[in-house]
Amino acid sequence: MKSYFSELFTGAWSLIIGLKVTIKAMFRPIVTVQYPREKLEITPNYRGHIDLVKDEESGSHKCITCGSCMRECPSDCIVVDGEKREGVKGKALTVFTLDFTKCSLCGACVEVCPTDALDYSNDYELAGFTREEFHFDILKRLEERA
Amino acid sequence: METFYSILPELIRIVICAACGAIIVFGNALVMGYAERKLAGHIMLRPGPMEVGFHGILQLVVDGLKLMGKQLVVPAQADKPLFMIAPLLAFAPVFVPLLVLPFSEKIQGFDLDVGLLLILAFASLNVLAILIGGWGSNNKYSLFGAFRSVAQNVAYEIPMLISLLAIVFMTNTFSLRDIAAAQSPVWFVVLQPLAFLIYIVAMVAETNRAPFDLPEAESELTAGFHTEYSGMSFSLFVLGEYANMFIVCSIATVFFLGGSSGIPLPYFEYSGAIWFLAKVYALMFFLVWIRWTYPRTRFDQLMNFCWKYLIPFSLVNLLITVVMVKLI
Repeated sequence: MKSYFSELFTGAWSLIIGLKVTIKAMFRPIVTVQYPREKLEITPNYRGHIDLVKDEESGSHKCITCGSCMRECPSDCIVVDGEKREGVKGKALTVFTLDFTKCSLCGACVEVCPTDALDYSNDYELAGFTREEFHFDILKRLEERA
Repeated sequence: METFYSILPELIRIVICAACGAIIVFGNALVMGYAERKLAGHIMLRPGPMEVGFHGILQLVVDGLKLMGKQLVVPAQADKPLFMIAPLLAFAPVFVPLLVLPFSEKIQGFDLDVGLLLILAFASLNVLAILIGGWGSNNKYSLFGAFRSVAQNVAYEIPMLISLLAIVFMTNTFSLRDIAAAQSPVWFVVLQPLAFLIYIVAMVAETNRAPFDLPEAESELTAGFHTEYSGMSFSLFVLGEYANMFIVCSIATVFFLGGSSGIPLPYFEYSGAIWFLAKVYALMFFLVWIRWTYPRTRFDQLMNFCWKYLIPFSLVNLLITVVMVKLI
């Protein structure tokens, strides 16, 4: 009989405590980010797809068209090509494309690059309607940034 | 012809009452649907609907249009007549109790001597609708939801009735207007706090809302009795649920919170309805608040609580009330 009443009162008291918690929460500011209107700052460590690094000295990229990334890529999604030009040492980069539909974001290309010409981009809003939208022209992206 | 003219005023009255009832049912569903989602959002530290209209105020209109446009799917093995009649049975009876509710001293459809009995009789039709819907769906989740609903509603109707009966003993009437008028100096919530508490608990269980929403416990029963319903037939269940919330909160207002009494306003015979609605919506806010606070009870706990606590306490309360009424 004693436990009958004590259970009732402890139970009722716990219910009141619960109500107190939620009424306080109701007047606290909201914590969710309203995504398309508000965006969180993305960390620079975010590993998106690859991008060519802009060289501050020359204003261009540091790629020497060695093709290591193309050979290293386990998914065969990078295509690099260059041509010999007058007055330019080595080969000049003409094509650098990434098929992001196949890329597994392993980062082997960035690791292997002898001149540190590649880095991860911070793009995360990657949605599209066709698969061709994910065939990135990395060289063009660099020129657009420049 | 003469008889027609003699009943004409009464006919017009009936039509107006029915129209007002429909306005209350749909308006209440819009307001409560929006308020519930907003409050749920803010309790969870998120903003709730924000996209459609200012602060998502048109969200429920859009949802209503969407539900109307949806296909009514009847499962192949379902009992089609029962399946189709259940949502109507859940929705149609909610209009009748609205006719006898005294919104203010002069705003009332009909003042029946058996107003309370009428309300309780029609409110319990909801159980039948849920049972028919659960059975007609031919789905094990629906059927379990319906079973639970019946067990729960039958059990919780007893303490609800007994707690209201204590008030009826004090006022000697079933008429809602007289009961509301009987508490002009002191509201019955002061004289009958235990009955009020019991009624509030039973009211939550009767409307199948959390923490007593076992008939539609989504973690174990998908959606319970309305698993198979889609489009308008689903929304009739929801409209019925919100209307039932309005009705049980109105009964609580009439029986315990003094009906339309409050600080006098001009034309108080009519404007008392403002106080009445304010009290009803305060209770509805409480229902939403507890829904988003408490986890769902286990079924045996639910039954134990009713049979071991609510019914004995309400019986003792009734006994004390009867003795006090006899002595005073």
